Amino acid sequence: MTFGRTAWLVLRKDLTVEVRSLEIAYTTLFFAISCVLFFAFALVKEGKAPEDGAAGILWIAIAFAGTLALGRTFERERQSETLRALLMAPAARPAIYVGKLLGIIALLSAAELVLVPLVAFLFQAPLLSHPFWLSAVLISGTVGFSAVGTLFSAMLVRARSRDVLLPVLLYPITVPVIIAGVRATAALLEPDVELSLVRFWVALLLALDVVFVTLALWTFEPLMTD
Amino acid sequence: MPNWFIPIAGLCAAMFAASPFLIANADYESTMGLVQKIFYYHLPSAWIFLLSAIVCGIASARFLFRGSPRQDRLAYAAAELTVLFGAIVLVTGPLWARKAWGVWWQWDVRLTSSLMGWMVAWAYLLVRKYGGPGSDKLAAGLALFGMANVPFVYVSVNYWRTIHPATTVVPTLPVDMGMALWFSVACFLLLFVLLLRLRVHLEEQRARLDALYLSLDE
Amino acid sequence: MIIDFDHVTADDVSRHFGRRRALARISFRAGSGTILGLLGPNGAGKSTMIALLATLMRPSEGDIRYGPHTSKATGASLRRTIGILGHDLFLYPELTAHENLTFFAGLYGAAHARAAASAALEQAGLSDRADDPIASFSRGMRQRVALERALIHRPRLVLLDEPFTGLDDASAAALVARLRGLRAEGAIVILATHDLDLADGLLDSALFLRDGRMVDTVARPDALRSTYRTIMGRTGVS
Repeated sequence: MTFGRTAWLVLRKDLTVEVRSLEIAYTTLFFAISCVLFFAFALVKEGKAPEDGAAGILWIAIAFAGTLALGRTFERERQSETLRALLMAPAARPAIYVGKLLGIIALLSAAELVLVPLVAFLFQAPLLSHPFWLSAVLISGTVGFSAVGTLFSAMLVRARSRDVLLPVLLYPITVPVIIAGVRATAALLEPDVELSLVRFWVALLLALDVVFVTLALWTFEPLMTD
Repeated sequence: MPNWFIPIAGLCAAMFAASPFLIANADYESTMGLVQKIFYYHLPSAWIFLLSAIVCGIASARFLFRGSPRQDRLAYAAAELTVLFGAIVLVTGPLWARKAWGVWWQWDVRLTSSLMGWMVAWAYLLVRKYGGPGSDKLAAGLALFGMANVPFVYVSVNYWRTIHPATTVVPTLPVDMGMALWFSVACFLLLFVLLLRLRVHLEEQRARLDALYLSLDE
Repeated sequence: MIIDFDHVTADDVSRHFGRRRALARISFRAGSGTILGLLGPNGAGKSTMIALLATLMRPSEGDIRYGPHTSKATGASLRRTIGILGHDLFLYPELTAHENLTFFAGLYGAAHARAAASAALEQAGLSDRADDPIASFSRGMRQRVALERALIHRPRLVLLDEPFTGLDDASAAALVARLRGLRAEGAIVILATHDLDLADGLLDSALFLRDGRMVDTVARPDALRSTYRTIMGRTGVS
């Protein structure tokens, strides 16, 4: 059982289950939209969002919705203890992690496809003016957030107080992701975009992605064995 | 408790008692005056905070990959001390900033990065307390990620507000203040070692108690 | 690396959680073509022993060996030879029976996943419900699908934790016949149960557990219920 094949089977299974009911997709998306509106009502004054508000609101919505999606995805694996069945596969256990990670990234990316136009629309933010760079920022940020989130959620499956512990563990660690994501997105919203600045943040995010994914692959097996 | 504990504790107490005199005798810093002297406790605390976090991270890695319970006890103790010394840094820092620059908090890169590290240490303790069985491993994983995160937090916070990093609020150290500073560093280092040993000892007693309960079952 | 073995040995295996001892110094040997029963009341440590044998958990002390191999040394290739049916059934309720079996067949490295899944469903007598989601199945039907999932990669070591729960008489009899078939094929079957009537006549040897301790081992037990009562009625370890 090769690594890639195992990861692919897990990913395909996750997508099949999700497409069947679309429960996590719909609820996560709705929650993200509610988040954006919530922040809009809290922060918008006289019809104008605060400076860089659009970028911040976008990333906070992604982070909150992501936490929810992570919790729900692993709650599914907890239901019939299927995570144990996955761990029994005769393949390197990190392959399970990769399969789950790709599923989470797919889910969050789908949410972002809706959130970006929504935020652009509500805040008159020219988010779609540099689609390549925005995609680069969103993808590298999403990968970093998901890499840590998937590992921590998997770790917490059999723990007590897992619902509240996930944000407690996840948010302090993903602060650089949020900072870099918001700064890069805000830079893209400026009238004169400073591409070197955007490149800097994307480079930081990519370095972070590499480090976190590597660390997660390394620690997945010891963390999952009792 | 090992033989050296009491003598070293005595020495540490004596040094701390002596430190205010040494600090008072150090030269006045030109712009800030008296309030700058909080720096003699603030900077060593920051160094020990960092040292404690590193000890926790390394012990966590060794616990996670080798399963040694001693490393787990060390990691737990180091995490608690990280919270303690971090608290000292985060209290003395704003006290100093308020008097010296008029604001309690300035999103200075080091203070902010320290705050994030402190949060991770708190998260470690919360996981150990409320995570249920297996939380020792979860916390170890968190500590590893926290350690790996340090450069990223520093860089991202540094460039966060503006592309031009704000000049750090901690001035470079004038040479003639060296003696008082190193003395304070020695004080805090001794304190750290003592507290770490004490805390690990407590965990060892707990482990011994568990083992006794288990052997009772035989 | 393909590995195989003809016996499983537990050597003074203990497992504790903090100060709670779940298992204390359990030793046994099970050879291929035999069915070993782990018997005892709730909380005796049967599920813990099953989890240890499945390499989902590591023993606090002692060793489990699969032939000459230890679980630490062999990892993934060892898991290929182990099939486990847990108390929770390890099935995805949103997927159909066929999809569940195809997924696990592929994951566990069975050669042609879809064909294996169809064959398994036929063996379980559930081919007509192949395309219904598991959520719509009764407990007994889920159990049957779960059993097929556990066996779909033809493992050498078969671990079953309370497999008779929720089964009606016909299904239970079918399961007993299935286990006998596995024994004839040379599998090592280790079965944890407190359903003594169904296990009667099935076991080649029985390990009696209470409070994590091994109270007795009986080879070829008969009249299981009275044997159980006698052994459990003794105070202290024999």
